[in-house]
Amino acid sequence: MTKILAVDDSSSMRQMVAFTLKSASYDVDEAADGKQALGLAQANKYDVVISDVNMPVMDGIELVTQLRQLPAYKFTPILMLTTESTADKKMAGKKAGATGWIVKPFNPEQLISTVQKVLR
Amino acid sequence: MSIDLSQFHQVFFEESFEGLEIMEQGLLGLSPGETDNETINSIFRAAHSIKGGSATFKFEEVSSFTHILETLLDEMRNGEREVTVEAVDLLLQSVDVLKDMLQLLQAHEPVPESLYKEISDALEAMVSEEGAGEGNGESAAVAESSASSNVVEATDDESMSWLIQFAPESHILRTGNEPSRMFKELSLLGEITVVCHHQKLPSLEEIEEELCYLSWSIILNADVDLLQIEEVFEWVKDESELGYEHLPLSAAEERLGTKASVAVDEVAPAAAVEATAPGSPAATPEAAPAADNRQLQVAPKKEVKDTAAADKKPAKVASTGSSSIRVGIDKVDSLINLVGELVITQSMLGQMGDDFNLEKLERLKEGLIQLEQNTRELQESVMRIRMLPISFVFNRFPRMVRDLAKKLDKEVELELIGEGTELDKTVMEQIGDPMVHLVRNSMDHGIESPDKREQAGKPRVGKVILNAYHQGGNIVIEITDDGAGINAEKVKEKAIERGVIDEKSELTVEQINNLIFEPGFSTADTISDVSGRGVGMDVVKRNINSLGGSVEVSSTPGHGSTFSIRLPLTLAILDGQVIRVGDQIFIVPLISIVESLQLKNQEITKIVGNTEVYRLREDHVPIVKICEEFCIDAEFKSYDDATVVVVEAEGVKVGLMVDELLAQQQVVIKSLDTNFISIDGISGATILGDGRVALILDIGGMIKRVNLTKKSKKAYAA
Amino acid sequence: MNDVASDTIPYIGEDDTYHDINETIGKQFLTVSLQGETYCIDILSVNEIRGWQTPTMLPNAPEYVKGVINIRGNIVPIIDLRQRFNMEFQEYNETTVVIVLSVEEAGISRVMGVVVDAVSDVLNIDESEIKDAPDMSGSIDASFVMGLCNVDDGVVVILDVEGLLALSDIRKHYGAEERSEESVS
Repeated sequence: MTKILAVDDSSSMRQMVAFTLKSASYDVDEAADGKQALGLAQANKYDVVISDVNMPVMDGIELVTQLRQLPAYKFTPILMLTTESTADKKMAGKKAGATGWIVKPFNPEQLISTVQKVLR
Repeated sequence: MSIDLSQFHQVFFEESFEGLEIMEQGLLGLSPGETDNETINSIFRAAHSIKGGSATFKFEEVSSFTHILETLLDEMRNGEREVTVEAVDLLLQSVDVLKDMLQLLQAHEPVPESLYKEISDALEAMVSEEGAGEGNGESAAVAESSASSNVVEATDDESMSWLIQFAPESHILRTGNEPSRMFKELSLLGEITVVCHHQKLPSLEEIEEELCYLSWSIILNADVDLLQIEEVFEWVKDESELGYEHLPLSAAEERLGTKASVAVDEVAPAAAVEATAPGSPAATPEAAPAADNRQLQVAPKKEVKDTAAADKKPAKVASTGSSSIRVGIDKVDSLINLVGELVITQSMLGQMGDDFNLEKLERLKEGLIQLEQNTRELQESVMRIRMLPISFVFNRFPRMVRDLAKKLDKEVELELIGEGTELDKTVMEQIGDPMVHLVRNSMDHGIESPDKREQAGKPRVGKVILNAYHQGGNIVIEITDDGAGINAEKVKEKAIERGVIDEKSELTVEQINNLIFEPGFSTADTISDVSGRGVGMDVVKRNINSLGGSVEVSSTPGHGSTFSIRLPLTLAILDGQVIRVGDQIFIVPLISIVESLQLKNQEITKIVGNTEVYRLREDHVPIVKICEEFCIDAEFKSYDDATVVVVEAEGVKVGLMVDELLAQQQVVIKSLDTNFISIDGISGATILGDGRVALILDIGGMIKRVNLTKKSKKAYAA
Repeated sequence: MNDVASDTIPYIGEDDTYHDINETIGKQFLTVSLQGETYCIDILSVNEIRGWQTPTMLPNAPEYVKGVINIRGNIVPIIDLRQRFNMEFQEYNETTVVIVLSVEEAGISRVMGVVVDAVSDVLNIDESEIKDAPDMSGSIDASFVMGLCNVDDGVVVILDVEGLLALSDIRKHYGAEERSEESVS
């Protein structure tokens, strides 16, 4: 089963992402910040990581940077959840090694089709 | 597939309110000119989350409002805008507006534009006024495609196609972007022909396996929009050289030097597999409004039943609505442990029951004792789940004190102690308003103006301290100020003038001070807009009493006053005295019992209006016969047979005449109005060990009842 | 997706076939007897049927409110239907039963027990057979009656459970008590 890690400090967004992906029969773990996510990522192997950018403790950019340094996540698709207003954040995310981004607000259908896109 | 987003609304509202708290706390901590990045960052993050959530859940008013707010905060965060008093004030007002908007949305009510228009305009004005130069227009420029596109007009009879040049930077694979994914997506748009250029491929020994040395030319034989193709390459366009040309198919093929189409092996089958979902990217725009419609059909909000004491403000309860609670994992773990123990005890007792004989009696007793202990511990643990730190209430005060000090032209510093002290969520929701009133009172009447303080040899800045701690089964909340203190003489004068006390009454200073809680009392010379509005301290006291708590004041002239609120930790359980009147069992809250005693006939005096009073030391305590009040056949024929339970509420003592005192026990409070209506003099019901229902007496309500009847009796007598 | 379904459901509801299905099934009613007369109660409102047990009295309640009992941790009020209908009170005996009824009010269900002489039968009644009750100036308040229906051996009264369980009269009773006291003082 495809395993996905959803990272967002906002629990409503996180729950929504997780619920959506679970209903598309993916296996989803949740983390509330980058640090938690990194811990989970080391303990498990996720096929896709979806992360918010603005988070306390460790933000999404730092998370991507750290993940890319792990051998297991060198080529793993990592998607950033960004808002329109943070175009520079998209760039920062890309620089850190993110695969792509999903622009908030998004609806569940968009989320699923994007995830399907990055999974082969 | 469709997903109903409304199921996440409640979580969104809760976290948004928490976010607003964080924003408010952060803003209050910001001084002008400050560049405390972590604080500003946390404020920004909270606003950002609310914006993201509200946009996702289609609360457009909120998301567009937070968008402006976020822009302002972002500029502050990046040091492009200075933190000014005006900006902080405006941001604080925005927090208030957002709170109102979210509360309306949570209650499924429309948000009128008038609510946010003014502040939103002010924010907008501030954003455009200075420091704006960059930022706004910029994003559009970034979003614009950096790729070049050539358009060549096609002849009418020939189909148009796209020739795409794709040369990614070598590290492309490290971002998780596989070129083959892009080809697969392109193939969903139409038939593709891919030619791979491998000129840059180094010799085998020089190859780094993680780098990409290839580039591609692709013919997409479909007359699609450039936008659709750009979307495919959206994530890699900044790390790739991309070229798009719109050409007739033949021209494209000519340019590529291939007449026969060389399909890339991997791609074609992949396209077939994916054929089931071709419409998905295109379908999303239609799906969005559909989701929107669904969201609007929200089920009517359930009315919230409150198990706690009867007469509370319904508006307040409704707004906090069908709420949920966040519980620390440690509390859940301890519950699980306890349940584990309970299961062990149960299986032990169960085994014993299988073949019981008298020899096992001792062990049975032990087992039952263990069961009792398990049950009690479990009960305590479950109660603890409802407990939250009082900081939830305390947090609203920094803002209030700040605003109020400004309004009163006073300088006040607020200190919070014991913010981690826990109490029941329901109690918490009810205690906020009385506390606000007391703090207002302290600032308005207690703390002097800075000049006056200086004259009195005190620091110009006054101090208000909120302190919470546990004592016994209660939580004590103290509100202390270092102001002028209560002028006992003035209080006494006023009390006599208003007929609250008799001229001849001899009272201690302490007793006099507490007269301010009597109905119709106000010590301020003029009723100010701050603590006045006709709501007196008597209302504060009544509210606290209705929670089963008490409030008193102590004061030292010239040095300040302390208000102490004492509250039960929970409203769901009550320590009760079980009493019997005739064949009926009642529960009297232990907290309101002063003492119980046997009466002798001669100790009773009849006074005017047929009221019988009993002399308890200095007090004359009126006797209330529950049997008469509630129309029950009691057993006692004379006072010799009866027991009197002296109870007190709101400073009034009465003696309840009962047949028998039974056990003291903790009871779980159930409200009567779940299936019935609430009744005067009864605060609820509980279920006894034998399964019978017993009513819990509401002493305050009883006394009020008696006063009414007493008055009516007087009227008859007159 | 869902929208299609939600659009069509109300349409089906208006469709004739829908009614036909409903009519052939009819509605089930529990019949109870009071002073020798038969009354019907929609069986969907009936939670359970219990024997009589002495309830805990509620102070100063109207006479027909007998008190409250504990049903699986819920505090449930019990009313005497004879007294509610201004009939003669009858001492409770072994056949006296309490029918526990529930009504939905603003999404929340409220439970109450009613005391009747005995339970007799379950009847299938077609909704079309239920006739509006004529203005009965008799003992029973019109709000308690949903309609009348002819059965083999006469006419039965179909009770309106919502009316039966309404708390307005009880509220009025307690309110009136307060007012009378206040007016004297």
